[in-house]
Amino acid sequence: MAEKNLSLKKVEMPSQAPEVRNKNFDEVALGYTAEMAIEEAKRCFNCPTKPCRSACPVMIDIPAFIQKVAQGEFAEAYKILKQSTALPAVCGRVCPQENQCEGKCVRAIKGESVAIGRLERFVADWYRKNINQTPSRPTSNNHKVAIIGAGPSGLTAAGELAKLGYDVTVYEALHLAGGVLVYGIPEFRLPKQIVADEIENLKSMGVKIETNMVIGKVLTIDDLFDMGNEAVYIASGAGLPRFMGIPGESLKGVYSANEYLTRINLMKAYQSNSKTPIKKSRNVAVVGGGNVAMDAARSAKRLGAENVYIVYRRGMEELPARKEEVEHAIEEGIVFKTLTNPVEVFGDENGMVAGMRCVQMELGEADESGRRRPITKPDSEFVLDVDTMIMSIGTSPNPLIRSTTPGLETNSRGCIVTDGIDGLTSREGVYAGGDAVTGAATVILAMGAGKAAAAAINKYILNKSAEQIAKD
Amino acid sequence: MFKIIEKTPLNPTVTKMVIEAPFVAKKAEPGQFIIFRAKEDSERVPLTIADYDREKGTVTIIYQIVGGSTMELDSFVEGECLHDFVGPLGVPSKTEGLKKVAVIGGGVGSAIAYPIAKKLHSLGCEVHTIAGFRNKDLVILEDEFKKVSHRLEIMTDDGSAGKKGLVTNALEELINGGNNYDEVIAIGPLVMMKFVSQLTKKYNIKTTVSMNPIMIDGTGMCGGCRLTVGGEVKFACVDGPDFDGHLVDFDEAMARSSMYKDFEARKREESCNLLKKGEANNG
Repeated sequence: MAEKNLSLKKVEMPSQAPEVRNKNFDEVALGYTAEMAIEEAKRCFNCPTKPCRSACPVMIDIPAFIQKVAQGEFAEAYKILKQSTALPAVCGRVCPQENQCEGKCVRAIKGESVAIGRLERFVADWYRKNINQTPSRPTSNNHKVAIIGAGPSGLTAAGELAKLGYDVTVYEALHLAGGVLVYGIPEFRLPKQIVADEIENLKSMGVKIETNMVIGKVLTIDDLFDMGNEAVYIASGAGLPRFMGIPGESLKGVYSANEYLTRINLMKAYQSNSKTPIKKSRNVAVVGGGNVAMDAARSAKRLGAENVYIVYRRGMEELPARKEEVEHAIEEGIVFKTLTNPVEVFGDENGMVAGMRCVQMELGEADESGRRRPITKPDSEFVLDVDTMIMSIGTSPNPLIRSTTPGLETNSRGCIVTDGIDGLTSREGVYAGGDAVTGAATVILAMGAGKAAAAAINKYILNKSAEQIAKD
Repeated sequence: MFKIIEKTPLNPTVTKMVIEAPFVAKKAEPGQFIIFRAKEDSERVPLTIADYDREKGTVTIIYQIVGGSTMELDSFVEGECLHDFVGPLGVPSKTEGLKKVAVIGGGVGSAIAYPIAKKLHSLGCEVHTIAGFRNKDLVILEDEFKKVSHRLEIMTDDGSAGKKGLVTNALEELINGGNNYDEVIAIGPLVMMKFVSQLTKKYNIKTTVSMNPIMIDGTGMCGGCRLTVGGEVKFACVDGPDFDGHLVDFDEAMARSSMYKDFEARKREESCNLLKKGEANNG
């Protein structure tokens, strides 16, 4: 067995210098070399309790893959990853590891955790570069399943079901598959080629992807059953952006983060030859503190804005974004106006945003979410000089499916109600998962839900077939 | 890929295209819209459905050249294919149970008013159509409207066709002439819909307008198409595009629709220059 690396710190991952990268859309983090990966992998003690594994929403056998990396057996490491995750190159980049696997790592008791995310990314990238074997098509089991939404949850479920021999069709509303991975997360955090390659892999496993198909409009869930599908998985994503309801939100120059990022990522508005326009801003306020807010702020900076502010009503400690994204944003010159809340946006004579009136906040008692409730400080009003405001305060579920599917139960917020982790809805054979059920959450949780639903769908169809055979 | 079955100019700037899109044709209803992308790198552009044929599997769109994207669309010929064509989106217009309706179309908006007039007519409703244009060269769908209207008033700004005046002049005259409408349905430029709504408010006649704001995905994701309707934020793509004209904040909608005016003008010019270059090369 190779010797252990007792360093308290993670092996640094090379990245583009902040003052360089905040002017381009190329990937920020450059990834480990093989030597760095092996060195970092040796920091894993392969401890018997494996707390990292139980903290992973898709239960990757983390110590096992890391041991293979330490031994330089990267292809073997990849095989272990693929047993549990359909999209390792994506997870390695976008998972909030500090709250999951790395948060439970025993090395973090004293020092930094093992860099599990970086290692996962390394293995997936190494495989893409050096092996990239197209997966083969499994033997068909002659059962058809439809999946609504080609985002992380739908693609994961599709991969799991295709492996078992199902005839899977994924229906995607947009012109491109990938969901939030292509319209939301920017190129500098997740290169789109990675997503495209993963989707090609699914296709070679026999998964059919139908773009431009808005389920609930062009076809209903009942139509999908009439077409011979035995089960349907709804993974239609988060939906409509929320606004604060303050005066001025309809002014020109107020974007939802969804719109801002869709223009940039899906429609490539950051490229000079793009046919989709985006505002050239000087001073930008992004309201919100999640990953989406960080993506919007860093994109605005890259588009040439001089001053970009994150305006967040709680403190730095409470920011819900992934730690690495906050660090990268600070390095790139994003200014954090925490404990600040906008109360009004005002415009110039042309109806363009000319400024934002804010108040300062302080944290009071913990609220039902367990976080300390922000309270307005008296007489703390001030004006932030901005010409663009990007609202990134969450979404409410898309109404298209619930309004066209009789018998599909939703809760008061419009999220689809499911029975436990299997994702079964109030309709037989209809499963749901990801943001359509939970409201806006993370890529990995959506993937976990896709995996669980695929297993449940498999069980459901097998049982049904067995009953049918018994009857015959 | 979505094949262009027919392309017919209706006037110097407005063109009709019949597109092969069987899935969309199967479910399309008047008042709904589609989003097309002409090429792989094109913008997503919403257009209201002008007609559909479920048996032939076709959907008709009618467009006016306003910017780079419609100019690009116009460069396509019969037999070529559009890269993307998605729909039917939005909520269909409510046409059931109406006995007498004034349908108002302004300019290219008449193309969208037509399927609604047609549907109402087929349901046995008395349809009075008022279609307004700048001048006689821009009049479209006159024969089609005649077939589905109990009464048709063509209005032009200069009086070169029909009567001289605005659609609101014709509507007020009809109302004062003793016509009691269950509803007025107005589709056209924002400013026209605003003044129609102001007029009908005075007479307390329910009025529906079809909004066509800037949109990207059109499926309830980006929020770019938001409007203020009765003091609430509404999304044209999933809540509309039809709204109560008496509740829509038209001034705000007009301001928002001008967000990318400069960009559009520039792109249109670029497309023009490209086309000219192409023509010069071909010639």
